[in-house]
Amino acid sequence: MLSRVADSLYWMSRYFERAEHCARVLEANYNLMLNPSKLSTAERWQRIMASLGIAATASGIDPQSAMISLTSDPDGEASIASCVAKSRENAGQVREQISSEMWERLNRLYHQVTQASTGLETDSDPMGLVAAVREGSYQFHGMTDATMNHGEGWQFIQLGKYMERSCALPVLLDAYFSGAGEADVLDWVALLASCAAFESYCKVYTADLRPDSMAEFLLLNPEFPYSVRYAVERMDAAIAAISQTSRTKATGRIERIAGRLRASLAYVQIADIKIGGLHRYLHNVIEQCSSLHSAVQAVYIDYPIQSALEA
Amino acid sequence: MPAPFSDYEIGAAYDEMFRASGRPRTHYKNLYTLLLNLPSDELYRCKKEADLSFFNQGITFTVYGRAEGTEQIFPNDLLPRIITSSEWATIERGLTQRITALNLFLADVYHERRILKDRVIPGEIIYTCKHFRRQMHGVKVPRDVYISVAGTDLIRLPDGRFVVLEDNLRVPSGVSYMLTSRKVMKQIFPTLFRKCGVRPIEQYSQALLSTLRSLAPEGRSTIVLLTPGIYNSAYFEHAFLARQMGIELVEGRDLVVHDNTVYMRTTSGLQRVDVIYRRVDDDFVDPLAFRADSSLGVAGLFNAYRAGNVVLANALGSGVADDKAIYSYVPKIIRYYLDEDPIVDNVETLLMTDRAQREEVCGNLDKYVVKAVGESGGYGMLIGPHSSREQRAEFREKILADPRNYIAQPTLALSAAPCFMNGRIEPRHVDLRPYVLFGEKITIVPGGLTRVALRKGSLVVNSSQGGGSKDTWVLQN
Repeated sequence: MLSRVADSLYWMSRYFERAEHCARVLEANYNLMLNPSKLSTAERWQRIMASLGIAATASGIDPQSAMISLTSDPDGEASIASCVAKSRENAGQVREQISSEMWERLNRLYHQVTQASTGLETDSDPMGLVAAVREGSYQFHGMTDATMNHGEGWQFIQLGKYMERSCALPVLLDAYFSGAGEADVLDWVALLASCAAFESYCKVYTADLRPDSMAEFLLLNPEFPYSVRYAVERMDAAIAAISQTSRTKATGRIERIAGRLRASLAYVQIADIKIGGLHRYLHNVIEQCSSLHSAVQAVYIDYPIQSALEA
Repeated sequence: MPAPFSDYEIGAAYDEMFRASGRPRTHYKNLYTLLLNLPSDELYRCKKEADLSFFNQGITFTVYGRAEGTEQIFPNDLLPRIITSSEWATIERGLTQRITALNLFLADVYHERRILKDRVIPGEIIYTCKHFRRQMHGVKVPRDVYISVAGTDLIRLPDGRFVVLEDNLRVPSGVSYMLTSRKVMKQIFPTLFRKCGVRPIEQYSQALLSTLRSLAPEGRSTIVLLTPGIYNSAYFEHAFLARQMGIELVEGRDLVVHDNTVYMRTTSGLQRVDVIYRRVDDDFVDPLAFRADSSLGVAGLFNAYRAGNVVLANALGSGVADDKAIYSYVPKIIRYYLDEDPIVDNVETLLMTDRAQREEVCGNLDKYVVKAVGESGGYGMLIGPHSSREQRAEFREKILADPRNYIAQPTLALSAAPCFMNGRIEPRHVDLRPYVLFGEKITIVPGGLTRVALRKGSLVVNSSQGGGSKDTWVLQN
């Protein structure tokens, strides 16, 4: 497979996942903010920004413009609209490689988002757009599984999706567990909802919302799709499948990083993590994901010609 | 004439379907009977079904000069254009002769230049040609084949003869429309199709692949299609052909040249490339050898090509043979290399470099079609009878400023074929572009792209200028 094609599939998938993640977080917090709280509106927005990994400006945040910057702003790096547009742009580069169902679904969502965006500035309810993105993402992944060959290209799509998730979840968790200020029950509900985890959590731990249990569930649960461990395991599986199809010999480093990260999440216990500090552990996960991303780029996509000739 | 032909007017142009009012030509009788017996709304339904099929397949092209990347569905007319087997036999022999001669001409121009030394063609006209590539002098190309894929535009004169209007020897496009519209027509008119006995064209992709393969060096056969990318007007076709042939669709940035060898970057490392079916113009293939500002090409490609480590199809510099001024010499070229008379004639062409001819044209611009020699796609063209005073003045100035850049042809009545237009059947002007493949041997799939000027009375068939297409049926016998 051409490196450019693999790269486009990877980023198509990453940007789509980023849009979905942002949509989930906004949806959860929008509901929460309808209730009164000890925290001021500005403080709440600060946490939303932090949980999406966006450095908040020191001076207070204006809710209206914050909402626009996260949803409809076409130039905003982090906005849902720009993530969906970038995802579509990458898909457009490789339309021949994905199924027409996938393209049509993504294209439809793009037009929906662009249309809804123009209406947003007039103070309307942004939640319709946010829900459309979340549903669009679920359908897109369903179609991807059902209509596309599960070959190398599909594996790069999986890799993109779970790489993004493995990077985004630790940031979210860090904002809640290490952030300043005390969280109340409703804040915890919002955290679980941000990961579409409320129902799944309750099935395992009942509705008893204890921070340790929640950290354990969102970080280490092997069966829940929006846990860090689950995402890392899927990512590891995609990497193994890709290195099996590829004839490149330099895959050892990638497999080593992925394997180490997977093993760490599989065998660690929440009590051990707390000794060294959750914050440090989460940051370690993010760092390892980032070096994994660089290693994938260096081996499959953007490798130096000289080394490829020698191999 | 009976419905649905009640509005059908036979003009001065050759009519493809009718000998005279109400009297269809023999090979159109099946279609005629079908149309007479079809309930009127049935044609509407067929048209809708066909359009939907094109839409769903995403058969589009991009129009330049408007908002970037405006994609349009390629308009396809419902009624087939039918050609008899004997007409086709002449076309086939004529095009084979023409391509053979033009190919010999290119080999000569880039090596011994006998035709110039023998003063059959003035050297000046070659060296001033925009598509002449000095760099190609002395470069050996596999099998001496410069033109692997040609799309020759034919028109039919009022007396029924086919003549060549222009040769497209660089990167001719449109073949994907020929193939997809055939597929749709088979779905719409299966019975008529069987009754008529239509020769197949579906083997085109295999034929193209074996043509490209026949140019590959012994034992090596990695073939790729090089596209300028998704914003090119023919991107749909590039992707279509790559998929049909099962070869990789690459962009310039996917290729690297090292040690005069071309590789593509894959997830399995660098893979050597042997033949490039390039759909990128000469000017853009290599920023080191040609236009330095090109970002579509591959640095170092030309050197790899000259070293014989990669094959480009068509060869670089083949555009010198489809220059519209050199076109007027093609009959001489055929006689010079093959010692034969042209089987398919040229259209009378006036060279603006010739003083007498220039004065004749500039004085009567309303009677001529003026074309820029290096352009294609209907750009840079004046159609005298349909032009305004300002346009003519503008072209007169252009011609006088740069006579080498223009030629003129008398305005010709292209033949007309019946088209289904908004519920009625009306004649529209058409041309024909068959595709010629040249590798180990010359192959012409029986058919081609019939382009239609959809506006009533218009003579411009280019898709970029409001033209459409028709399926072209060449009959078995």
